[in-house]
Amino acid sequence: MALSAVHRRRNRSILMPESQIAPAVLLRSVAITFGPKVGGYTAVQNIDLSVSPGEFIAIVGPTGCGKSTLLNASAGLLKPSDGKVEIFGVPLHGLNSRAGYLFQQDALMPWKTALQNVAVALEPKGVLRKEAEAMARDWLRRVGLAAFVDRYPHMLSGGQRKRVALAQMLIRDPEILLMDEPFGPLDAQTRQIMGNLLLELWAANRKAVLFVTHDLEEAIALADRVVVMSAGPAAGIIGEFPVPLPRPRDIAEVRLEPAFHHIHKKIWASLRTEVQKAYAQGEGATQ
Amino acid sequence: MNRLKLILLQVAVGFGFLLLWHVLTNYPILAPTRQTQFFFSTPLDVLARVWKEFASGEIWRHLWITLMETILAFAFGAGGGILFGFLFARRELLAAVFDPYIKAANALPRVVLAPIFALWFGLGIWSKVALGFTLVFFIVFFNVYQGVREVSPVVLANARMLCMNERQLLRHVYWPAALTWMFSSLHTSVGFALVGAVVGEYLGSSAGLGYKIHEAESVFDVTGVFAGMVILSIFVILIDFVVTLIERRLLVWRPAPSTNGQG
Ligand SMILES: Nc1ncnc2c1ncn2[C@@H]1O[C@H](COP(=O)(O)OP(=O)(O)O)[C@@H](O)[C@H]1O
Ligand SMILES: [Mg+2]
Repeated sequence: MALSAVHRRRNRSILMPESQIAPAVLLRSVAITFGPKVGGYTAVQNIDLSVSPGEFIAIVGPTGCGKSTLLNASAGLLKPSDGKVEIFGVPLHGLNSRAGYLFQQDALMPWKTALQNVAVALEPKGVLRKEAEAMARDWLRRVGLAAFVDRYPHMLSGGQRKRVALAQMLIRDPEILLMDEPFGPLDAQTRQIMGNLLLELWAANRKAVLFVTHDLEEAIALADRVVVMSAGPAAGIIGEFPVPLPRPRDIAEVRLEPAFHHIHKKIWASLRTEVQKAYAQGEGATQ
Repeated sequence: MNRLKLILLQVAVGFGFLLLWHVLTNYPILAPTRQTQFFFSTPLDVLARVWKEFASGEIWRHLWITLMETILAFAFGAGGGILFGFLFARRELLAAVFDPYIKAANALPRVVLAPIFALWFGLGIWSKVALGFTLVFFIVFFNVYQGVREVSPVVLANARMLCMNERQLLRHVYWPAALTWMFSSLHTSVGFALVGAVVGEYLGSSAGLGYKIHEAESVFDVTGVFAGMVILSIFVILIDFVVTLIERRLLVWRPAPSTNGQG
């Protein structure tokens, strides 16, 4: 039966225009085990998740539950030990070339200036250097770094570096955006500015977004749907909550709405026990 | 003020040393001056000899030869080191197979190779270049190998997510990472290129600073030996200065070690 389902999906994706029916990212019974298949550490298990084109999804869960692992699987950086990953209806082999990835850690090339870091993202597309630099300049202006184009990453603040990375990801115009706690290390004000910036850019050109955060309020303020994961090992998805707040949203103002509190309360009820579980395992101390 | 004080102290130490040397060799304190001067010469004599070497123009030819040998040894050694460092870092099997041989070759004291190189390449500059090469090659090789192997996995994953192909990864990620490591050892490897040249000249040649020193030594001309050493030191300091300039130019992207670059 499972086999015929596979066949049907495959045929469908060939016969019909994929954008209409196929989710941008589809994870089906995905499990990821580190180390040996037997006796290794199973980080996530039985993950079913579907992200439609243009949909903004936030993933929350206790630290160490496997959020980054899921993004890595969607990016093609990690091969699931079980289950499968489909991108716009096509099974994923190797790297996901239709996705942009904003990493949790600093991933800029330290030997390139902000401008060079952003412009180099266009090189694989065959854009000429002059043109790429003009576009990069424009993107850096859009993320508010017009005055910092010639700085090297070590001369930028954490928030500025994240903005360069954002521009580097967006300039390629990927159809899927994978973001791993992009605003994690930033202070509260910068987070708000970055959140609004992200929403603004996204509203102008809607992409499928998988946004990982440990901040539930941020998740609700940004996303169309919040996905809650359980504590590891063998973490799974324990709830999906739609966020029917109207757009455009302002990160700071949306938090004051009664509907926001209502959703927050509902999600927190399911998240809380998992966070406590993670703490009890000592995961909370280590990240 | 602080800097000035430091310079004054540095000058004082140098001057004190010269003064001590002068006093001990010009007055019969420890032994008769004839004897001390035979073994230690005197600072004024050495200075006069250095001056004479430069004034007569005799030394330039030797400096030029040593400089050429150093540059060639460095260029070939660094080129080979980069090439093989890259190759071995990207091809696990090669690295694994050749590992014991590379370790053995690197463990060999290079001085024993000098006569063989003289036999193979003659007494001209190439035997010295070869000796310098064997020294520079391994330093650069190990550093580039390390640099390519230890590229930050996040930077690499990010570059791959930008859809870079192998050639672009090489150019934008591996190469700069390897260069960083190479430059961190630049002073050492240039120094070794010079050591190779001078030791090679010393052991058999007809020109170069090493030859000058050897020539003076063979006739017990201590003043000549010391003068050669002084010229060699000046030469090394100048080369090191040039290397520092190049390094500053190429590694502008690195945070200065003294300032706290994190923000
Ligand atoms: N390469 C690895 N080898 C072994 N265990 C890993 C590896 N990467 C992640 N893990 C484990 O998998 C779990 C999930 O990690 P991760 O996805 O980074 O969590 P987070 O939700 O905080 O992003 C963690 O318990 C972590 O220790
Ligand atoms: Mg993570």
